[in-house]
Amino acid sequence: MPTGRLAVWWVIASEIVIFGGLLGSYIMYRLAHDAFAAAAAHTMMPIGATNTFVLLTSSLFAVLGHQAAEQGDGPKAGRYLLLTFGGALTFVAIKSIEWTIEIREGFTISSGGFWSFYYTAAGLHALHVIAGAVIMLFVARDAFRNRELHRVELIGIYWHFVDIVWIFLFPLLYIAK
Amino acid sequence: MSQHAETEHHINYVKVWAILLVLLAISVAGPMFGHKAVTLVTAFGIAVVKAVMVARNFMHINLARRYVTYLMMTMLVFMLLFFAGVSPDVMKLAGHNWVKPAWVEANAAADAAAGHGEAAHE
Repeated sequence: MPTGRLAVWWVIASEIVIFGGLLGSYIMYRLAHDAFAAAAAHTMMPIGATNTFVLLTSSLFAVLGHQAAEQGDGPKAGRYLLLTFGGALTFVAIKSIEWTIEIREGFTISSGGFWSFYYTAAGLHALHVIAGAVIMLFVARDAFRNRELHRVELIGIYWHFVDIVWIFLFPLLYIAK
Repeated sequence: MSQHAETEHHINYVKVWAILLVLLAISVAGPMFGHKAVTLVTAFGIAVVKAVMVARNFMHINLARRYVTYLMMTMLVFMLLFFAGVSPDVMKLAGHNWVKPAWVEANAAADAAAGHGEAAHE
Protein backbone atom coordinates (compact mmCIF):
# COMPACT_ATOMS: atom_id res chain seq x y z
CA MET A 1 0.00 0.00 0.00
CA PRO A 2 1.37 3.49 -0.82
CA THR A 3 2.65 5.39 2.22
CA GLY A 4 0.22 8.29 1.73
CA ARG A 5 -2.84 6.05 1.67
CA LEU A 6 -1.64 4.15 4.75
CA ALA A 7 -1.07 7.49 6.52
CA VAL A 8 -4.63 8.65 5.78
CA TRP A 9 -6.08 5.39 7.11
CA TRP A 10 -3.92 5.81 10.22
CA VAL A 11 -5.25 9.35 10.72
CA ILE A 12 -8.80 8.02 10.37
CA ALA A 13 -8.09 5.30 12.95
CA SER A 14 -7.06 7.97 15.46
CA GLU A 15 -10.09 10.08 14.51
CA ILE A 16 -12.42 7.13 15.24
CA VAL A 17 -11.13 7.10 18.82
CA ILE A 18 -11.52 10.89 19.17
CA PHE A 19 -15.05 11.10 17.77
CA GLY A 20 -15.97 7.69 19.19
CA GLY A 21 -15.08 8.80 22.70
CA LEU A 22 -17.04 12.02 22.28
CA LEU A 23 -20.14 10.37 20.80
CA GLY A 24 -19.94 7.46 23.27
CA SER A 25 -19.94 9.94 26.16
CA TYR A 26 -22.87 11.79 24.62
CA ILE A 27 -24.87 8.55 24.26
CA MET A 28 -24.22 7.65 27.91
CA TYR A 29 -25.51 11.00 29.15
CA ARG A 30 -28.40 11.02 26.68
CA LEU A 31 -29.61 7.59 27.80
CA ALA A 32 -29.25 8.29 31.51
CA HIS A 33 -30.46 11.85 31.87
CA ASP A 34 -33.89 13.08 30.82
CA ALA A 35 -32.67 16.68 30.89
CA PHE A 36 -30.70 15.94 27.70
CA ALA A 37 -33.87 14.95 25.84
CA ALA A 38 -35.58 18.17 26.86
CA ALA A 39 -32.65 20.27 25.62
CA ALA A 40 -32.33 18.27 22.38
CA ALA A 41 -35.89 19.28 21.45
CA HIS A 42 -34.55 22.76 20.57
CA THR A 43 -32.19 21.70 17.76
CA MET A 44 -33.32 22.45 14.20
CA MET A 45 -33.78 19.20 12.27
CA PRO A 46 -34.44 20.74 8.82
CA ILE A 47 -31.09 22.52 9.01
CA GLY A 48 -29.32 19.33 10.10
CA ALA A 49 -30.97 17.40 7.26
CA THR A 50 -29.94 20.07 4.75
CA ASN A 51 -26.33 19.84 5.92
CA THR A 52 -26.49 16.03 5.62
CA PHE A 53 -27.64 16.45 2.01
CA VAL A 54 -24.79 18.91 1.38
CA LEU A 55 -22.13 16.57 2.81
CA LEU A 56 -23.47 13.48 0.98
CA THR A 57 -23.43 15.44 -2.28
CA SER A 58 -19.91 16.74 -1.65
CA SER A 59 -18.81 13.13 -1.01
CA LEU A 60 -20.23 12.20 -4.43
CA PHE A 61 -18.13 14.98 -6.02
CA ALA A 62 -15.03 13.78 -4.12
CA VAL A 63 -15.37 10.21 -5.36
CA LEU A 64 -16.07 11.41 -8.93
CA GLY A 65 -12.87 13.48 -8.66
CA HIS A 66 -11.00 10.36 -7.57
CA GLN A 67 -12.43 8.49 -10.56
CA ALA A 68 -11.26 11.27 -12.91
CA ALA A 69 -7.79 11.21 -11.31
CA GLU A 70 -7.58 7.43 -11.83
CA GLN A 71 -8.32 8.08 -15.52
CA GLY A 72 -5.46 10.61 -15.60
CA ASP A 73 -7.79 13.58 -16.18
CA GLY A 74 -6.32 16.10 -13.73
CA PRO A 75 -8.40 19.16 -14.72
CA LYS A 76 -11.64 17.18 -14.38
CA ALA A 77 -10.52 15.89 -10.98
CA GLY A 78 -9.68 19.49 -10.00
CA ARG A 79 -13.13 20.69 -11.02
CA TYR A 80 -14.80 17.99 -8.91
CA LEU A 81 -12.59 18.92 -5.96
CA LEU A 82 -13.68 22.55 -6.32
CA LEU A 83 -17.30 21.39 -6.23
CA THR A 84 -16.47 19.41 -3.06
CA PHE A 85 -14.89 22.57 -1.65
CA GLY A 86 -18.13 24.41 -2.47
CA GLY A 87 -19.99 21.78 -0.44
CA ALA A 88 -17.66 22.40 2.50
CA LEU A 89 -18.25 26.16 2.29
CA THR A 90 -22.02 25.64 2.11
CA PHE A 91 -21.91 23.33 5.13
CA VAL A 92 -19.95 25.83 7.22
CA ALA A 93 -22.20 28.73 6.12
CA ILE A 94 -25.36 26.82 7.10
CA LYS A 95 -23.79 25.82 10.41
CA SER A 96 -22.88 29.45 11.12
CA ILE A 97 -26.46 30.57 10.51
CA GLU A 98 -27.79 27.75 12.70
CA TRP A 99 -25.44 28.58 15.58
CA THR A 100 -26.25 32.29 15.31
CA ILE A 101 -29.97 31.52 15.68
CA GLU A 102 -29.35 29.19 18.63
CA ILE A 103 -27.01 31.55 20.46
CA ARG A 104 -29.49 34.44 19.97
CA GLU A 105 -32.17 32.22 21.55
CA GLY A 106 -29.89 31.80 24.57
CA PHE A 107 -28.51 28.32 23.89
CA THR A 108 -24.75 28.68 24.37
CA ILE A 109 -22.00 26.16 25.12
CA SER A 110 -22.53 26.83 28.85
CA SER A 111 -26.34 26.41 28.79
CA GLY A 112 -26.16 22.82 30.06
CA GLY A 113 -24.72 19.38 29.45
CA PHE A 114 -26.50 18.82 26.13
CA TRP A 115 -25.43 22.15 24.68
CA SER A 116 -21.81 21.59 25.79
CA PHE A 117 -21.79 18.29 23.88
CA TYR A 118 -23.67 19.82 20.95
CA TYR A 119 -21.23 22.69 20.38
CA THR A 120 -18.15 20.55 21.12
CA ALA A 121 -19.12 17.69 18.79
CA ALA A 122 -20.47 19.86 15.96
CA GLY A 123 -17.63 22.35 16.40
CA LEU A 124 -14.93 19.66 16.27
CA HIS A 125 -16.60 18.24 13.17
CA ALA A 126 -16.78 21.70 11.57
CA LEU A 127 -13.05 22.17 12.24
CA HIS A 128 -12.42 18.92 10.34
CA VAL A 129 -14.60 20.22 7.49
CA ILE A 130 -12.58 23.46 7.35
CA ALA A 131 -9.23 21.61 7.50
CA GLY A 132 -10.35 19.25 4.71
CA ALA A 133 -11.55 22.17 2.59
CA VAL A 134 -8.19 23.98 2.88
CA ILE A 135 -6.21 20.84 1.98
CA MET A 136 -8.62 20.22 -0.91
CA LEU A 137 -7.73 23.58 -2.46
CA PHE A 138 -4.03 22.65 -2.55
CA VAL A 139 -4.78 19.21 -4.01
CA ALA A 140 -7.12 20.76 -6.61
CA ARG A 141 -4.43 23.28 -7.63
CA ASP A 142 -1.98 20.43 -8.32
CA ALA A 143 -4.69 18.34 -10.02
CA PHE A 144 -5.37 21.14 -12.55
CA ARG A 145 -1.66 20.89 -13.49
CA ASN A 146 -1.88 17.07 -13.68
CA ARG A 147 0.49 16.79 -10.71
CA GLU A 148 0.28 14.51 -7.65
CA LEU A 149 -3.03 13.02 -8.79
CA HIS A 150 -2.79 10.23 -6.19
CA ARG A 151 -3.54 12.89 -3.56
CA VAL A 152 -7.08 13.24 -4.94
CA GLU A 153 -7.87 9.80 -3.55
CA LEU A 154 -6.22 10.61 -0.20
CA ILE A 155 -8.21 13.80 0.44
CA GLY A 156 -11.31 11.91 -0.77
CA ILE A 157 -10.86 9.16 1.85
CA TYR A 158 -10.53 11.82 4.56
CA TRP A 159 -13.58 13.68 3.25
CA HIS A 160 -15.75 10.55 3.24
CA PHE A 161 -14.76 9.93 6.85
CA VAL A 162 -15.87 13.47 7.77
CA ASP A 163 -19.15 12.61 6.01
CA ILE A 164 -19.52 9.39 8.06
CA VAL A 165 -18.98 11.28 11.33
CA TRP A 166 -21.82 13.65 10.37
CA ILE A 167 -24.02 10.67 9.40
CA PHE A 168 -23.88 9.67 13.10
CA LEU A 169 -24.00 13.20 14.53
CA PHE A 170 -27.20 14.00 12.62
CA PRO A 171 -29.50 11.44 14.29
CA LEU A 172 -27.83 11.90 17.68
CA LEU A 173 -28.22 15.68 17.80
CA TYR A 174 -31.26 16.33 15.59
CA ILE A 175 -33.55 13.29 15.40
CA ALA A 176 -33.44 11.57 18.82
CA LYS A 177 -35.55 14.10 20.75
CA MET B 1 -4.82 1.09 -14.85
CA SER B 2 -4.66 -0.59 -11.46
CA GLN B 3 -6.99 -3.41 -10.43
CA HIS B 4 -8.20 -1.04 -7.68
CA ALA B 5 -9.31 1.50 -10.29
CA GLU B 6 -10.91 -1.10 -12.58
CA THR B 7 -12.98 -2.51 -9.73
CA GLU B 8 -14.25 0.85 -8.56
CA HIS B 9 -15.38 1.77 -12.07
CA HIS B 10 -18.08 -0.88 -11.76
CA ILE B 11 -19.68 1.23 -9.03
CA ASN B 12 -22.39 3.65 -10.17
CA TYR B 13 -21.58 6.50 -7.76
CA VAL B 14 -24.63 8.59 -8.67
CA LYS B 15 -26.88 5.61 -7.92
CA VAL B 16 -25.18 5.12 -4.53
CA TRP B 17 -25.67 8.83 -3.79
CA ALA B 18 -29.36 8.60 -4.76
CA ILE B 19 -29.84 5.63 -2.40
CA LEU B 20 -28.13 7.60 0.38
CA LEU B 21 -30.57 10.48 -0.17
CA VAL B 22 -33.56 8.11 -0.02
CA LEU B 23 -32.20 6.74 3.27
CA LEU B 24 -31.78 10.31 4.55
CA ALA B 25 -35.41 11.03 3.68
CA ILE B 26 -36.53 7.90 5.58
CA SER B 27 -34.49 8.86 8.65
CA VAL B 28 -36.06 12.35 8.60
CA ALA B 29 -39.57 10.90 8.19
CA GLY B 30 -39.09 8.29 10.97
CA PRO B 31 -40.01 10.54 13.95
CA MET B 32 -43.28 11.56 12.20
CA PHE B 33 -44.75 8.13 13.04
CA GLY B 34 -44.45 8.95 16.75
CA HIS B 35 -43.13 5.52 17.77
CA LYS B 36 -39.85 5.45 19.69
CA ALA B 37 -38.82 2.08 18.20
CA VAL B 38 -39.48 3.26 14.63
CA THR B 39 -37.50 6.46 15.28
CA LEU B 40 -34.56 4.51 16.69
CA VAL B 41 -34.48 2.10 13.73
CA THR B 42 -34.93 4.78 11.06
CA ALA B 43 -32.40 7.11 12.72
CA PHE B 44 -29.59 4.89 13.97
CA GLY B 45 -30.18 1.72 11.93
CA ILE B 46 -30.15 3.79 8.75
CA ALA B 47 -27.10 5.76 9.98
CA VAL B 48 -25.17 2.49 10.20
CA VAL B 49 -26.35 1.45 6.70
CA LYS B 50 -25.38 4.85 5.26
CA ALA B 51 -21.94 4.73 6.95
CA VAL B 52 -21.25 1.23 5.57
CA MET B 53 -22.37 2.34 2.09
CA VAL B 54 -20.02 5.35 2.16
CA ALA B 55 -17.12 3.27 3.51
CA ARG B 56 -17.55 0.53 0.88
CA ASN B 57 -18.57 2.50 -2.20
CA PHE B 58 -16.84 5.87 -1.73
CA MET B 59 -13.84 5.05 0.50
CA HIS B 60 -13.39 1.59 -1.13
CA ILE B 61 -12.44 0.10 2.22
CA ASN B 62 -13.25 -3.37 0.88
CA LEU B 63 -10.53 -2.89 -1.77
CA ALA B 64 -7.90 -1.75 0.74
CA ARG B 65 -5.52 -4.20 2.39
CA ARG B 66 -7.23 -6.40 4.95
CA TYR B 67 -5.24 -4.92 7.83
CA VAL B 68 -6.94 -1.57 7.20
CA THR B 69 -10.30 -3.17 8.01
CA TYR B 70 -8.74 -4.84 11.08
CA LEU B 71 -7.33 -1.47 12.18
CA MET B 72 -10.75 0.20 11.89
CA MET B 73 -12.47 -2.67 13.72
CA THR B 74 -9.86 -2.45 16.51
CA MET B 75 -10.66 1.23 16.99
CA LEU B 76 -14.38 0.44 17.17
CA VAL B 77 -13.65 -2.23 19.81
CA PHE B 78 -11.69 0.40 21.78
CA MET B 79 -14.83 2.56 21.66
CA LEU B 80 -16.93 -0.27 23.06
CA LEU B 81 -14.37 -0.93 25.81
CA PHE B 82 -14.44 2.76 26.72
CA PHE B 83 -18.24 2.72 26.80
CA ALA B 84 -18.39 -0.44 28.92
CA GLY B 85 -15.78 0.86 31.36
CA VAL B 86 -17.16 4.36 31.86
CA SER B 87 -20.92 4.01 31.43
CA PRO B 88 -21.65 2.68 34.97
CA ASP B 89 -20.17 5.86 36.46
CA VAL B 90 -21.89 8.18 34.00
CA MET B 91 -25.31 6.58 33.72
CA LYS B 92 -26.04 5.89 37.39
CA LEU B 93 -27.28 8.76 39.53
CA ALA B 94 -26.21 7.17 42.80
CA GLY B 95 -24.14 4.30 44.14
CA HIS B 96 -22.38 3.14 47.30
CA ASN B 97 -21.44 6.29 49.27
CA TRP B 98 -22.00 8.71 46.36
CA VAL B 99 -24.79 10.58 44.66
CA LYS B 100 -25.08 13.19 41.89
CA PRO B 101 -27.48 15.77 43.37
CA ALA B 102 -27.24 18.15 40.41
CA TRP B 103 -28.30 15.46 37.94
CA VAL B 104 -31.08 14.21 40.22
CA GLU B 105 -32.45 17.76 40.38
CA ALA B 106 -32.06 18.33 36.64
CA ASN B 107 -33.86 15.08 35.80
CA ALA B 108 -36.65 15.88 38.27
CA ALA B 109 -37.06 19.31 36.69
CA ALA B 110 -37.14 17.79 33.18
CA ASP B 111 -39.70 15.18 34.29
CA ALA B 112 -41.83 17.89 35.92
CA ALA B 113 -41.69 20.03 32.77
CA ALA B 114 -42.65 17.04 30.60
CA GLY B 115 -45.52 16.18 32.95
CA HIS B 116 -46.67 19.79 32.95
CA GLY B 117 -46.60 19.84 29.14
CA GLU B 118 -48.65 16.66 28.90
CA ALA B 119 -51.17 18.01 31.44
CA ALA B 120 -51.49 21.21 29.43
CA HIS B 121 -52.16 19.15 26.29
CA GLU B 122 -54.92 17.21 28.04
